Amino acid sequence: MAASNNYGYKRLVVGAHYGTADFIAQRATAVIMAVYTVILAIGLLVEPLTYEGWKSIFTFHVYTLPVGQLLATLAFLSLAWHAWIGVRDVWMDYVKSVALRLALQVLTLLWLVGTFVYFAQYLWRI
Amino acid sequence: MPDTAAQNVKPARPEFRNIGLSDISKYRLPLPGRLSILHRISGILLFLCLPLVLLPLWGASLSSPEGYASVAKCVGYFPVKIVLLVLIWGFLHHFCAGIRFLILDLHYGTDKATARKTAGVVFVVSLLLTLIFALKLFGAL
Repeated sequence: MAASNNYGYKRLVVGAHYGTADFIAQRATAVIMAVYTVILAIGLLVEPLTYEGWKSIFTFHVYTLPVGQLLATLAFLSLAWHAWIGVRDVWMDYVKSVALRLALQVLTLLWLVGTFVYFAQYLWRI
Repeated sequence: MPDTAAQNVKPARPEFRNIGLSDISKYRLPLPGRLSILHRISGILLFLCLPLVLLPLWGASLSSPEGYASVAKCVGYFPVKIVLLVLIWGFLHHFCAGIRFLILDLHYGTDKATARKTAGVVFVVSLLLTLIFALKLFGAL
């Protein structure tokens, strides 16, 4: 009996967060990336089109603080988190097989972590 | 007197169930729908091409002055320019459409007429920006 009543307004809702945290995280990371895009655009307009100018956009320091590298890393972490939610949504929408979906989600995470490490080792080695 | 029951038989109405792959070409999406699916396609494109295309170029260009010069030479080739232009479009579309979605999430412009208008604005802005980058990339600017 209880099971047959478990729909519509009678549906028993228990547990925490039905995607709200992911929804907000995707929007917050989008704003962070948009702000970083503006920073990048300003850097490209201000710096000369040379190796030194290009490099300084990602490596500039404020006193001894590596602000360029920190900003780029924070923006990339936002990108990875944003892309995880977005790509996961695509799998959730189109892939009906649970096993395949889980496999694709795990591969997505591996792909994103790998991409981040690839990016970070370039950035912090300059 | 004709059979009234036969007269009342309605012609079979088209039935729309879940979207299948074969139905995609038959779907005529409104402008905001096209913008939305292109937002998704451009997002996947960027997700895949970031470690395959963009990061290798970016990393090599930062590694040394010689690396920078070799990337500059590589970007001079026509096929590379085309690949980059597609990714530039992908980024600009995702960026502009994303800002529209952020504004929609704040409950501005959610009525049909405004939503269609802003979708048009996003297409015009993102394609114009792509055109500027294309002119720059192919040396006309």
